[in-house]
Amino acid sequence: MELLAYGSFFLCFASIFAVMALGLNLQWGFAGLFNVGVAGFVAIGAYASALLTTSLGWPVALGWIGAMAAAGIAAFIVGLAALRLREDYLAITTFGIAVVIQLVALNAQALTGGPFGIQSIPKPLSAWLGAGLAWNLAYLALVLGVVGLAWWGLERLVAGPWGRVLRAIREDEAAAASLGKPARRYRLQAFVLGCMLMGLGGALYAHFVGYIAPEDFLPVLTFQVWAMLIVGGSGRNLGAVAGAVLVWGIWTVSGGLLRDLLPQAEQARGAALQVVLIGVLIAAILVARPRGLFGERATVSRHAAEDAT
Amino acid sequence: MLVAEGVSKSFGGPPVVQDVSFTLTRGAITGLIGPNGAGKTTLFNCLAGSLKPSAGRITLDGVRIDGLRPDQVFGHGLARTFQIPKPFPAMTVLENVMLAPPGQLGERFWTNWLRPGAVAAEERRIRDRARHWLDFVGLTRLAQEPARVLSGGQRKLLELARVLVAEPRLILLDEPGAGVAPPLLETIMEKIEVLNAQGTSFLIIEHNMELVTRLCRPVLVLAQGRLLLEGAPEEVKRDPRVIEAYLGA
Repeated sequence: MELLAYGSFFLCFASIFAVMALGLNLQWGFAGLFNVGVAGFVAIGAYASALLTTSLGWPVALGWIGAMAAAGIAAFIVGLAALRLREDYLAITTFGIAVVIQLVALNAQALTGGPFGIQSIPKPLSAWLGAGLAWNLAYLALVLGVVGLAWWGLERLVAGPWGRVLRAIREDEAAAASLGKPARRYRLQAFVLGCMLMGLGGALYAHFVGYIAPEDFLPVLTFQVWAMLIVGGSGRNLGAVAGAVLVWGIWTVSGGLLRDLLPQAEQARGAALQVVLIGVLIAAILVARPRGLFGERATVSRHAAEDAT
Repeated sequence: MLVAEGVSKSFGGPPVVQDVSFTLTRGAITGLIGPNGAGKTTLFNCLAGSLKPSAGRITLDGVRIDGLRPDQVFGHGLARTFQIPKPFPAMTVLENVMLAPPGQLGERFWTNWLRPGAVAAEERRIRDRARHWLDFVGLTRLAQEPARVLSGGQRKLLELARVLVAEPRLILLDEPGAGVAPPLLETIMEKIEVLNAQGTSFLIIEHNMELVTRLCRPVLVLAQGRLLLEGAPEEVKRDPRVIEAYLGA
């Protein structure tokens, strides 16, 4: 019973991360956009849904939609300005934006509760299911449903002409432009859609934990989601999801071990060790399987692989 | 069909292309030759939208195209290949070609969700068209291979197929013969002849005089950014000004 409780708790988190990793995969894996501001867009989604459902009393489902809309609008504004930048500059910019978003959450006390965050975020269906195992399992089912829906939607997108254009722009922008594909428009679309998924991930997190604070959205979150994508294999949705489960598994197990093994005074250093551990894992994966556990395939469109009739 | 009037391009220093004017006739294969550094590729880039001319105007069938982005120029029916081919290396040869047809339904992301059946049907049509052009350039056997495995000459052929599937009115070829083994060069020349007979117009930059002499009527000679003369390949080859431009005074 305890194992079931722990398992559902673990899988809930892993699935929430999977939603974020799917969003990042669309941006990096398919469009080559180096977004190092994942935590910022997750925060926007989490706060948007939390505020809409607490302050305004909206139903949770509308809160989630609001989270996606808020993250999407923010991404659109950021993207208009930042997507002109190439690789490393885009990374620096998005990182800075994520830090700003986190600082706003910390300091705009009237709106976000400042360092105290937002409490008593409604947990959907908890009126019927209580707060125990039954609710955990129901929420897990809900999150898995969201992962499934995101997966289905993304597969439709990327395994077709739209995904093919993204891949082409990622590989050679000048060649894609010479074939009539406007790079900026597609980049912006991929950036906004990816950030909407990150925002949705934030909302799923907020309503699972029931409490959010600025310290939930530190750059280490961005690092985790990136680690998941690299380990699982970017350019493949299966890689994003598998990476989320695997890296989150290693993260929680190593966290538990360090708590048990290290004396109280060394706990803070233990947390840093976790980051090192994941870093080593990434390095090992990159050496052994440069494309991650599930690398991308050469064929993009599901229709291109079929044999001509 | 394409008219360039007084086209100039400078990058801050002395002009690389200076006051170049010419007209391309529909159905012709026009050659563009000149010594290295004459400004041929720069002129190409101005025509294709990769560079914005500093002065002058370019029209394609009466529509102004100078100052448009490359993707917009392509939309007007002018396609180009590159001196050093630019395949999408991680994509299959087939999908390199499937990418090119303009205005695909599934290029708008929402249609992939809202009208998956129509997108799938269109994908099958585009796949068959892409296969047809791969067959035309003789790359069918490599259709499902990633483009990175192709040789230099095969990459040139892939670029040709990729451009052809979009059915442009005018194709700019930047050195289709450079770095291509002789048997493949023969193939490329034959393909250009067949396409031209079917009505496609070409503008070709080329150093290989065998190709120029066989295919191009007329030939434009560019030297030090200026248009030196225009004429049949035989005349051009004999002209003392051309010989001087190539060999130096």
